[in-house]
Amino acid sequence: MRAADVPFEKVTNKNFPKGPDSLASGHRACQGCGEVLALRLLLKALGTDFIAVSATGCMEVCTGPYPQSAWRMPWIHVAFENAAAVASGVEAATHVLRRKGRGHDQRIPVVAVAGDGGTADIGLQALSGALERFHENFVYVCLDNEAYMNTGIQRSSATPFGANTTTSPIGSHSKGQYTWKKNMPAIAAAHGVPYVATANPAFHLDLMNKIRRAVAIEGPAYIHVYAPCPTGWRMKPELAVESGRLAVSTRIFPLYEVIEGRYQINRKVDNPTPIADYFKAQGRFRHLKEDDVAFITKRVNADYERLVDLAEKFPVD
Amino acid sequence: MAKRVGMEVSIAVAEAVKLADADVIAAYPITPQTHIVEHLSELVADGELDAAYIPVESEHSAMSSCIGSSAAGARTFTATSSQGLALMNEMIYIAPVLRTPIVLAIANRALSAPINIWNDHSDIMSVRDTGWLSIFAENGQEALDLTLASFRIAEDPAVCLPISMNIDGFTLSHFIEPILMPEKAEVDKFLPPYKPQLWLDIKNPISIGLLGGPECYTEARKATDDALWGAKRVVIKAFDEFNQVFGRQYHVVETYRHEDAETIIVSMGSISETAMTAIDEMRDQGQKIGLVRLRLWRPFPEEEFLAAVSKAKNLAVIDRHMVMGCSSGPVGLEVKSLVYNSGLRPGISNFLLGLGGRDVTRDDFKYIHEKATSGQVQARCEIVGVFE
Repeated sequence: MRAADVPFEKVTNKNFPKGPDSLASGHRACQGCGEVLALRLLLKALGTDFIAVSATGCMEVCTGPYPQSAWRMPWIHVAFENAAAVASGVEAATHVLRRKGRGHDQRIPVVAVAGDGGTADIGLQALSGALERFHENFVYVCLDNEAYMNTGIQRSSATPFGANTTTSPIGSHSKGQYTWKKNMPAIAAAHGVPYVATANPAFHLDLMNKIRRAVAIEGPAYIHVYAPCPTGWRMKPELAVESGRLAVSTRIFPLYEVIEGRYQINRKVDNPTPIADYFKAQGRFRHLKEDDVAFITKRVNADYERLVDLAEKFPVD
Repeated sequence: MAKRVGMEVSIAVAEAVKLADADVIAAYPITPQTHIVEHLSELVADGELDAAYIPVESEHSAMSSCIGSSAAGARTFTATSSQGLALMNEMIYIAPVLRTPIVLAIANRALSAPINIWNDHSDIMSVRDTGWLSIFAENGQEALDLTLASFRIAEDPAVCLPISMNIDGFTLSHFIEPILMPEKAEVDKFLPPYKPQLWLDIKNPISIGLLGGPECYTEARKATDDALWGAKRVVIKAFDEFNQVFGRQYHVVETYRHEDAETIIVSMGSISETAMTAIDEMRDQGQKIGLVRLRLWRPFPEEEFLAAVSKAKNLAVIDRHMVMGCSSGPVGLEVKSLVYNSGLRPGISNFLLGLGGRDVTRDDFKYIHEKATSGQVQARCEIVGVFE
């Protein structure tokens, strides 16, 4: 069966999962955190019959100060750069123990969750290894808030061009981050894994169905989630969801899937919103001038057009 | 009945892992590796061992995967040496406190720089303070036997800690030795299937690896340290029961002609065999010399060690790792601090030898004996045979 045809129970407004959240309330995320919103929706879609692996980061710190834990499924955190490797071990163990008649008697998805630093920078090697090894029940979720927020807003390779962070500061010789955001979904897709997707908590049903599909498909999956961070982006806390909508309508963060190497854009944007509308709510972009925005707009559009080309040349259906 | 075979020691270690029915092996081939993991991957490929072999992309990921697999309830094994162990180091600190009973075979080798793949104990000393049990084998039979015992010790509910089983790189790992290969039924008598107390179970969800702030960090570390000290009792019991099944008795501290010895050499690992030959020769010449070999390095077997050296006038402590900027090697430091508080007052000399594969001969031990009995105890560890 094609991965695109693997059945899974779709989340809709009508059958939205009821009952307690898989991520308990009372965690210590910042006010208006878009990352914990994304995490909560992902876990709600999954229920509790899976094993979660966290990398060190905002979500790990805010959900697990001993003796409390917000995780209602078996959960393990080991270190920062190795969530993919730890999940590999968990996946291999659950697989082999089931075969040997010990442990769980059902297929157990293993879902690793890491931030952009733990994925695109220090965790890239472990992730690449895990994707290449083709673990059957392995899903990796990158919650991308576009910098090292937990430690004080330092830039990562996923920080967007022009963003002002504590290690890509603006100055007389600097316009902030001078490198383009690393294209993690493309890197993941280059491993030839059956499923890669981008998602965004502002499009919550899309996000929840993507994790469900990722879990249903046999073989490694990678989901890159836009995770707005009011604290780090110097944005009002009530604007996390709004920024998520704008990230899509400006083409900055397109929503798409790569299923067995075939592309599907989930939200086509024919008439993009001006990128300045996205930037103006975020203090990290406040210093950018008109020509900077024009430069960014040009490249964002080029990246988007390339994606459209791929979806036309290699469509899922 | 056990079968007597001629076998490379690395292969024997892998065969022990097979006899132990390990569930998951995660390993990476740098440093270089030994034949331990190559043979294990063959055993898995041939269906002789029903396990998952994870060919990870680094030693860091090897130990990370092992922690994950052990936490998921699987009997878990890996092997490494030298730079590979150094790359694992961050994870080495985490495994004991998360109480993951991983068995790690280390073919002890030198650390860079200069790059050098030969034997000494530089690599294992970085594990010294981390909460791992460490045991040392002297020959091929011990390597196999201690691998089996390692699973039993690490997985004991009272221990639940990772363990390193050390064999000297090349001088053991790559040598063919006569080995009694036990029957599977005998192994099953000694080593029950692994039953984890807590694991990543969807029916009883637990969180492993929570944040420990200033109010509980010390206690979390102490709980691990307490378990490590308590492990000695389990090690002794496992050795005794090993003897009952296989007829080979091991001790946490081994001795050779030490009863009436005025001078005792303190050693670890395979050079002890050379030391024993040298001791026989010196005994023939009327020298009162003996050997105390540390089989268990962590937890340090304090009572057993002190009892073994209590009558000696001189201790000659061998180190195979250079502690730069410090007057003693790690074993020398350990012995000096222990003896100081014991009330015993032997002269303690500390000797560094066999670094980076430098040959250790019987003459070296005769030289050491001469120096240790000269009445002049040197303040600093002496490097034996260094070219000036």
